[in-house]
Order: sequence, then structure tokens, then C-alpha cells
Amino acid sequence: MNAAAADPLSPPRTSWFTLIMWALVIAVLSWSWQGAEIAPMKIVKDAGNMAELASDFFPPDFKNISYYLEEMLITLHIALWGTLFSIILSVPLGLMCAENMVPAWVYQPTRRLMDAARAINEMVFAMLFVVTVGLGPFAGVMALFIHTTGVLAKLYSEAVEAIDPGQVEGVRATGANKLEEIVYGVIPQVLPLWISFSLYRFESNVRSATVVGMVGAGGIGVILWESIRGFMFPQTCAVMLIIIVTVSLLDFGSQRIRKLFI
Amino acid sequence: MNKQVISVQQLNKHFANNHALKNVGLSVEQGEMVALLGPSGSGKSTLLRHLNGLVCGDKTVNDKPSNGYIEVLGVPVQKNGKFCKTVRASRCQTGYIFQQFNLVTRLSVLQNVLIGGLNSTPLWRSLTGRFTLAQKQQAMNALERVGLADFATQRVSNLSGGQQQRVAIARALMQQAKIILADEPIASLDPESSRIVMDILSDINKKEGIAVVVTLHQVDYAVRYCPRVVALKKGEVFFDGPSEQLDEGTLAALYGSKVTPPQSNKSKTPVPQLWAQTA
Ligand SMILES: Nc1ncnc2c1ncn2[C@@H]1O[C@H](COP(=O)(O)OP(=O)(O)OP(=O)(O)O)[C@@H](O)[C@H]1O
Ligand SMILES: [Mg+2]
Repeated sequence: MNAAAADPLSPPRTSWFTLIMWALVIAVLSWSWQGAEIAPMKIVKDAGNMAELASDFFPPDFKNISYYLEEMLITLHIALWGTLFSIILSVPLGLMCAENMVPAWVYQPTRRLMDAARAINEMVFAMLFVVTVGLGPFAGVMALFIHTTGVLAKLYSEAVEAIDPGQVEGVRATGANKLEEIVYGVIPQVLPLWISFSLYRFESNVRSATVVGMVGAGGIGVILWESIRGFMFPQTCAVMLIIIVTVSLLDFGSQRIRKLFI
Repeated sequence: MNKQVISVQQLNKHFANNHALKNVGLSVEQGEMVALLGPSGSGKSTLLRHLNGLVCGDKTVNDKPSNGYIEVLGVPVQKNGKFCKTVRASRCQTGYIFQQFNLVTRLSVLQNVLIGGLNSTPLWRSLTGRFTLAQKQQAMNALERVGLADFATQRVSNLSGGQQQRVAIARALMQQAKIILADEPIASLDPESSRIVMDILSDINKKEGIAVVVTLHQVDYAVRYCPRVVALKKGEVFFDGPSEQLDEGTLAALYGSKVTPPQSNKSKTPVPQLWAQTA
């Protein structure tokens, strides 16, 4: 770096640094290959088993469809409330993570807390809440709530950090207090993004809610887990199809709504 | 003897190593219309921002505690490089106009004007956006005064620059400001919009009898609208007097020719004079 600054005329050459970086990348990739025990030959060798398993899934068994739909609805309820709770909490926490809103001694600890909530997967939280609040959908709501708060607060705060400070100053100059500055100067600027982030998280929470059930936290995941464990593949297939259709419909709908806000 | 509405004493401001305001003193009386002139970077905006408590002056001057003091409408804004507790009370009475308008662009024109009423609204109303009918009426009257009543429901981002600046003035009217500080209100406007905006400011100055301090780049506007001119150069008050006295030599010296201004000391008498302080 210094050498280049001292002699701006020397042409750039392939540096040792680049070569070492490539060597490192290759080393990490091959190390992970072994760590993950990747064995493509197994798929080829066991292709017969796979085909047999796949054929067991068809035709799907929709005998209990009303039960499946009921549980799918519960899954949606879990996702809805898990998202809603986290939206409510993420508004203050998002502001408290933004460095243009609060001093470092506020945003640093808040950010670390949100990092923690985000680092741990919903499934882990679900298992913990099944232990504390018992089996059932509420454990799922709590699991989604905690994890999503970690995600949304971060996304919200990034939007807040990108605002035009002049507009807030305009509000401040009228003698408004800090809360009024936020409500009139900050929120109007970030609202479209916040809405879009929230809808996006709702979409992904519907997907997550289908799996938190597998550890007993309610909804269609419970059925999914039970039918897989009982080798009831036609039923498993039916449940999976219901999940696919529901999630796709919701993704589609929410994407349309999000487009309105950007 | 008129009431003093702005009093600035020994104000210093450094941005890192850049001495942006050098021992500035300024006094403005009730009902005055003052133009603040000076080349780019001379500290006009910085001075105005200090007056509204948006920036705080230096805590120390030459390693000694500063004696900087600003008072607006008799309310202390900052002292010795610290904001006074009354800074918000002072802002409430001060209408501030920004070069870049600084309106909340995603809100409607009416909502932006109502922001001027926040400081006199109870918190539960302001946070829930429940302004009273009387307040909305007042906001409409303010918009009527700047000729924008028909735009009340429009989003600010759909308005032209000149219209946005008039909304900002309506916001100050809504505030029932007792003084107006305008930082280059016409710098990004075309001549016609500039004339309208300056006419409105001048009208407020005359009808309400409140002081208006306006920073300008166009000397002709300053001379036409403002009986008094204060000029800053490199952070120092370089000229303070009636605008008729602003002759070519002074302007040449102000805007960057090599001519050094005549040296004299500041006197308390309102006798206009050219002066420059030694830092
Ligand atoms: N926030 C800031 N941080 C660092 N330096 C600043 C800041 N604000 C102003 N300055 C510096 O202070 C000096 C005065 O700036 P100021 O904006 O007050 O000038 P001005 O007279 O308003 O100029 P213009 O006519 O271009 O608006 C300039 O040298 C500027 O670089
Ligand atoms: Mg300026």
C-alpha cells in the first residue's frame, strides 16, 4: 500500500496477497468438504433407495385434509402473533440500536442483545419454550417472537441510520421534544421500509412456523413430524403439499403488498 | 430604545482545526430585518445554527474557559459552550428556515405546517397526531398567507422548491414565532420564487413586527429587503451597518479581493462602521 503510494507509476502486479487468499479459500473449502462428509457417490449408489422412497410418497393421502388444514391455520396464527409481537418490540429496540438516535452506551449493549437473539435459531428457542411454557402453539409464538425481534430490530435500525437528518432537524428546530422528533421526523421516513421488512419477516415466519412444530411447538409441524416418524409417507406428502401451496400463496400476496410500499 | 431580541457575545466555534467563528458578537433589536452576508464558508450558517441551539460553541478559548453566550428573545440558548436548559423554550419561539427546506417529505403539506404546533400541544395529542380543529384552522390560515391553501393535502415531495420553502415559512407562522432565522432561504430557488419568499418574509417582519435574520448570497436582495447588513468574513464580523453603506470597496474586500478592510474597534453605539476584530 505504501509502496504504491510512493511510486504511483509502477504497474499493479499479481500480488502474493491475492495468491495466498486463493490458497486459503481452497483450503477452507476442502476442509469443510471432509467435515461435512460429502459423498456424491452415495447418491448414485443409493439411487434405487431414493426412487423407492419417492414412490412411497405417491399418491398423497388427503383423507384427513380438514385436520391438516386446521393445523395449517394454527401455524399461520403462530406466525402472525410471533411476527406482531416482535414488530411491537422492534420499534423501540430498533431505535435503540441506531447510532444516530442514541449514545454508544445504549446502542452497543442493545445491538449485542439483538445479535444473540438472532444468532440462535427459532428451533432452539422452540425447544426451550416447550420446556418452560409447555407443548403447544404458544411455545412456537414465543420462539418466533424472540428470534424475529433480533432480526427486525437490526433491519429497522439500519433504515433509521439511513434517514435524512435534515428533516429531523427541521422538526427539532420548531422546539419539538425528542419523542416528537422521532414520531414526526424519523418514523415517516422509515415507515415504508419498516412495513416491507415486517411483511418479509412474516413470510419467512410462516415457513419457520411449519418446522417449530417438529419439536412440539404446535401447528402443522407436529403432524409432519409424526407422519415422518411413523413412516406414513402418503400423509407426509399431503402435508408437505399443503405447506407448499400455503407458503407460496402467502409469499406471493405479501410480495405484492410489499411492492406497494417501496 | 427597542427591545433586544438577539444577543451574541464572544462566540467561538472550532470544527477540528477550523476556526469557524471567531469571537463573534451580535445584537439584533425587535422588528429589525437583518441580512447576514459573507462568502461561502464564512460561518453564516454556523452562526445561525448556534442561535437556534442546533450547534454548541467552544467550551474553551485559548485553553481558558469560554465566555460565549447567546440569548434569543431574552431566553438563554447557550453559555460557555453548553446548552442552557431553556434551549427548547427558545426554539419554540424561533422560526427557522433552512436552505434545503428540511420538511418531512413523506408527510402532507398540512401535517408539516402542524409540526410547527407541536411545541404547544400536549404530548398525548402530538404523539397520536390528534391536533385540534382550531390548530388545523390555524395551519390552514398560515398556508393561506403563503398562498398554498390549495396544496394542503399534497405530499411535500410533490411540491416545487419555492413552494416547499413557503411551507417552511407557514410552519414558522404556525409556531407563532417571535423571531425568524432564515438560512439562505432562496439559495436554491429561481428569481420569481426568490422574490415571493423574500416578500413573505418582509411582510411578516412588517406586519408581525418581529425580527428576521436572513443569510443571503445575493447582495442585491440584501440591499432591497434588509435595512441592516451584517457581514461575516472567515468567521469574523466584518461589517455591521445600514445596507446603504455597503459600498463597492467593502463588497470587494468581503468577497475575496486582496484589499484589507480598515481596522477599528467595535463600539456599542449603533453608529454604523466598518470594523474587524483581531482574533
Ligand atoms: N458540521 C460541520 N463539521 C465540520 N466543519 C463544519 C461543519 N459545519 C460547518 N463547518 C465549517 O465551518 C465553516 C463555516 O461553514 P458555514 O456552513 O457556516 O459557512 P457559510 O457561510 O454558511 O457558507 P455557505 O455560504 O457556503 O453556506 C466552513 O469552513 C465549514 O467547512
Ligand atoms: Mg450556509
